[in-house]
Amino acid sequence: MHEMTPPPGAKAPVFYEQEDHAHGDGGTLFGFWLYLMGDCLIFAVLFATYGVLGRNYAAGPSGADLFDLRLVALNTSLLLLSSITYGFAMLEMGQQNVRKTLIWLAVTGLLGATFVSLELYEFAHMFREGATPQRSAFLSSFFALVGTHGLHVTVGIVWLVTLMVQVRRFGLIEDNQRRLMCLSMFWHFLDVVWIGVFTFVYLMGSMR
Amino acid sequence: MHHGATALAMHSTSPSIQPNSNRLSVGKVVRLLAVLSGSAWLAGCDLIVMNPAGDVAVQQRNLIIASTALMLLVIVPVIALTFVFAWRYRATNTDATYDPDWHHSTQLEVVIWTVPLLIIIALGAMTWISTHTLDPYRPLSRIAPNQPVPADVKPLSVEVVALDWKWLFIYPELGIASVNEMAAPANVPITFRITSSSVWNTFYVPAMAGMIYAMPGMQTKLHAVMNQEGDFTGISGQYSGSGFSRMNFKFRSLNQQGFDEWVAKVRSATGPLDRNVYTELEKPSEAVPIQHYGTVEGGLFDAILGLCVAPGQMCVHEMHHIDRMGGSSEGSEENRKRLDYDNRRLERGEEPSGATFPASGRAPRSPEEPQGVMPRGDDNANRPGSGQPGAGSGPAPSQLNTQPNEPHRH
Amino acid sequence: MFSDSNLLQFIFGRLTIDAIPYHDPILVGTFLVVAVIGTAILAAITWYGKWGYLWREWFTSVDHKKIGIMYIVLAIVMLLRGFADAIMMITQKALAVGASEGYLPPHHYDQIFTAHGTIMIFFMAMPFVTGIMNYIMPLQIGARDVAFPFLNNFSFWMTVGGAILIMMSLFVGEFSRATWLAYPPLSGSAYSPGVGVDYYIWGLQIAGVGTTLSGINLIATIVKMRAPGMTMMKIPIFCWTTLCSNALIVTIFPVLTATLTLLALDRYVGTRFFTNDFGGNSMLYMNLIWIWGHPEVYVLILPAFGIFSEVVSTFCGKRLFGYTSMVYATAVIAVISWLVWLHHFFTMGSGASVNAFFGITTMIISIPTGAKVFNWLFTMYRGRIRFETPMIWVMGFIPTFVLGGLTGVLLAVPPADFVLHNSLFLVAHFHNVIIGGVVFGLFSGVNYWFPKAFGFKLDPFWGKVSFWCWLAGFWVVFTPIYALGLMGVTRRTQHFEDPSLQPYLLVAAFGAFIILAGILALLVQLAVSYFKRAQLRDTTGDPWHGRTLEWSTTSPPPPYNFAFTPVVHDLDAWWDMKNRGHDHPLEGFKPIHMPKNTSTGVFLAVLSTALGFALVWYIWWLAALSFVGLIAVAIHHTFNYNRDYYIPAEDVVRFESHRMAQPAGGA
Repeated sequence: MHEMTPPPGAKAPVFYEQEDHAHGDGGTLFGFWLYLMGDCLIFAVLFATYGVLGRNYAAGPSGADLFDLRLVALNTSLLLLSSITYGFAMLEMGQQNVRKTLIWLAVTGLLGATFVSLELYEFAHMFREGATPQRSAFLSSFFALVGTHGLHVTVGIVWLVTLMVQVRRFGLIEDNQRRLMCLSMFWHFLDVVWIGVFTFVYLMGSMR
Repeated sequence: MHHGATALAMHSTSPSIQPNSNRLSVGKVVRLLAVLSGSAWLAGCDLIVMNPAGDVAVQQRNLIIASTALMLLVIVPVIALTFVFAWRYRATNTDATYDPDWHHSTQLEVVIWTVPLLIIIALGAMTWISTHTLDPYRPLSRIAPNQPVPADVKPLSVEVVALDWKWLFIYPELGIASVNEMAAPANVPITFRITSSSVWNTFYVPAMAGMIYAMPGMQTKLHAVMNQEGDFTGISGQYSGSGFSRMNFKFRSLNQQGFDEWVAKVRSATGPLDRNVYTELEKPSEAVPIQHYGTVEGGLFDAILGLCVAPGQMCVHEMHHIDRMGGSSEGSEENRKRLDYDNRRLERGEEPSGATFPASGRAPRSPEEPQGVMPRGDDNANRPGSGQPGAGSGPAPSQLNTQPNEPHRH
Repeated sequence: MFSDSNLLQFIFGRLTIDAIPYHDPILVGTFLVVAVIGTAILAAITWYGKWGYLWREWFTSVDHKKIGIMYIVLAIVMLLRGFADAIMMITQKALAVGASEGYLPPHHYDQIFTAHGTIMIFFMAMPFVTGIMNYIMPLQIGARDVAFPFLNNFSFWMTVGGAILIMMSLFVGEFSRATWLAYPPLSGSAYSPGVGVDYYIWGLQIAGVGTTLSGINLIATIVKMRAPGMTMMKIPIFCWTTLCSNALIVTIFPVLTATLTLLALDRYVGTRFFTNDFGGNSMLYMNLIWIWGHPEVYVLILPAFGIFSEVVSTFCGKRLFGYTSMVYATAVIAVISWLVWLHHFFTMGSGASVNAFFGITTMIISIPTGAKVFNWLFTMYRGRIRFETPMIWVMGFIPTFVLGGLTGVLLAVPPADFVLHNSLFLVAHFHNVIIGGVVFGLFSGVNYWFPKAFGFKLDPFWGKVSFWCWLAGFWVVFTPIYALGLMGVTRRTQHFEDPSLQPYLLVAAFGAFIILAGILALLVQLAVSYFKRAQLRDTTGDPWHGRTLEWSTTSPPPPYNFAFTPVVHDLDAWWDMKNRGHDHPLEGFKPIHMPKNTSTGVFLAVLSTALGFALVWYIWWLAALSFVGLIAVAIHHTFNYNRDYYIPAEDVVRFESHRMAQPAGGA
């Protein structure tokens, strides 16, 4: 920090890069990670909202009345499993094996779709009991938090299908590998968020 | 602009500060500072925040002065140095030292960070102490400097409801109520319980004490005292809809005899304030004249606070109780019907406070006034019923008002 | 869903012909002016056959420099709109005293102050700051573009989309009356039904997407794309402030998005987040919105601090005093700004200890801020200060901002805030720091970097006229407004009972016209400079004897910024290069890898705006259609792998031949 201006005539160092240095592509993964941190904050807000409103049942049903822990536990294991299968897909990608990568991706997508379907089934069940988002602040914050997660999984599935088409059509080229890595981060991120949802909303909600 | 300038000049010469034995020394400091800062004309005007009439506001004013003085310790030198350096090191002044590589000095850096730090430590200590002593929730320990609350004096209780767009004051111990006017004996501590009927407002009597939010379904508290007799203005500081600008009330600080007379006058007013009267009163209306109620239905304030004035409504505290017990799965549907509160105006076909097109039922930005707002200008002078609660133009078609396709609204 | 089978209602939702305010002379007049100017501009573009040029070279451009300029153009347009609101507000206030009602009824006036706040923060200050960061930061770190050029274009058009939606509320329906932060329950569907708050929500949501993505983009650029040798402690101070500002953006805008989504759910679906009944909690909204809102002001002021630092250092001909402490001060301000939000509602009754905690954290921010001011002062000390236009703004900034800081710390003392909260004193305070800090900084930056962007300086005479009008106008407006605050006058009132207030209001209104003169002088300055551009031309690329890398390339820079990536050895890299003698290579040019232009950003933003409009007016078919369209366009875009190209070496040679004819800087 304390370099002084060198006396005139001192040897000047290299000031221009004559050879083009590769800019590399670490930017995308870093940028996507930043995006995930932003997304994480959206979930933070929803968790905080649930924390504040989660016991305001408005003289209506509570989590203990509504949650079917067995169903949710099944759903949780499906999602966790899908993270593992995504991991297998990434391993196959490392081997440049297009077919096996696609198979594992398909398994992941199916697990995700089952997760979303079971969640919708759970929601439909709650709606039938009159436990709609309009019923109480607790239910509003419940549907917002769980629904936003479900929406993310849905987006993940759409993205996954898109990537499967692209991998099929263009192979495991560098661009597609990078995209698969981004989706991988996204998918695992949703898993982590879901563990929070499962613990904070379902387990603690049922135990009340 | 000529008019404005003249008026300012007149203000500056009129000696409108009244000497007050309680806070002479502070008054001097105020004026000294005002003169020093070259804004003597400001001190001559009605700076109610700097020249209040209640002990709490006086302490808040003193805090403003002390903090300002503390900060000026660093700010005045900074501003002076800015101009000194700018002049001394101007490019044309080749006599001044020019040292393009000088960019670091540990001693200076230490000073640069320490001076603001010390000031903030002092200010922070002041803040911590004053925030606790002047906590609006804390009962008063004194009614003026060196004047503790006498043991035999019982604080006056006042329940305040911010309505669209007027203030309701209930005196629970006296069984009377008043709209847009409150009175209190000087030098007697007052305990306010404050809530609102629809949206947020702040309850603020600048001469008496700082403001605090009035929030529907919730209660805030304020402890204050007025040391001077006279008429003061109370306002809402938080925008709450069309009639907000005229949401003012008169605060009458009286001696004990005057207060007793005022109470007797209110008692002699015919109307009782019961739930029905309140329900009418609660509808939006602007610039409402002072109204007195000789009797008040018991528990009305708590019902307002519980959003359960309407018959059959479930009160907030009852709901909280059920929620603490883990909610109610079986009674959910009945309870739901008993809890609906916010949509009461839409359901009655009245215009809500902040409605815009198309729910307002008016053309966009039309000169026509919203419901409850007094007529303005010639166009509307003869419009019947405007200015009265619930009157005015017709409501919008209901399908434009409510949320679309809400599945569980019966 | 649409069982009432009302065809018109299906097609137009709640939009009817009555939504057009054709009876209101103010709106009709505004519309005519906008229409005339708009038609003239469109006609001129058509006449000169510039549509293709605009589309290819600007709208679809992924060049950070062009996007930066477009951001600033948007900001200036929105400044005019926001300032028109300000003039209407202050004249209404000055007239509506005592028996007079003024000329704006409350339900119109309320929309104006809501629009003023919303537009000035989201669509004036934000795009302005983003524009300057976008233009300057990559040049300062020796990069050829930002990390994600397409996202940059998309972010810009989303901001435009939000602005268009907000502007549309002028002529189709009404705007929100629920203040610029839309506090519930007032902003809920029960108390503010109608399109106003919906315009507000969707305008902000669409622009918010752009802001968040732009924040990610600029952070990734600084972290990943610095020139070789440029360690984090050698990046120019403006880049540090940009980094901290964008770090704040990335952490707070998701909070805003989530919060506004919850409010939208309350309004559209009937959820109970912020309602009075059914266990909703409006205090939660207050907390969430200010968790966004407080850091937001530092998002704006930090880059302004960066601009002042660059300008002071350049025009004092001296290295910035205390660079390291400047960096830490910036980072500390950014971190603490997350921990102060509650000071916006001390009067909610949170309890003394909570209030005192947030009061003290707020005051702590003034320590690094104070350190910054001292650092600028000691940069001036033993400098050779040239009072060119950018430096003049700094001279106006320091005293003005310091006084704004004083009133800010005052408001941070909770018991003092009890009497000043929501008063005109508060209004004067935040205008004091936003105009005195952010706006002065932006104008300083515009005057400083304009020659870089366009190759000629801005006219100094009109620049100084603009400065003096702004400075004088600011104090003439806000001194009486401070005083009114001390008289216990609250904000957002459309009428005053007390006639003794009128003189103050008249003085303030007069001051607003001085500021108007300042804005006009700025426009005149732009026009005069354009016509005198030959005279004001800068051929060196380094008109101010700059210190940082943006001055090492030509003005305006070539599309690729630097033919040879500079190698950095010291802070103030360009100063170092000039001092130690650098030889810009005259040959050995190579083809340069650059991103291709794309129109996807425009399409996505158009679809988003349509979606927003459809949601405001309950036109469900259009909402569904544009939503599906958005997804389809986005997916389609990912099938395009061919996103970059090489600028051939011959083209680089052609660009660079100009530079060779004119050796840059004082080398």
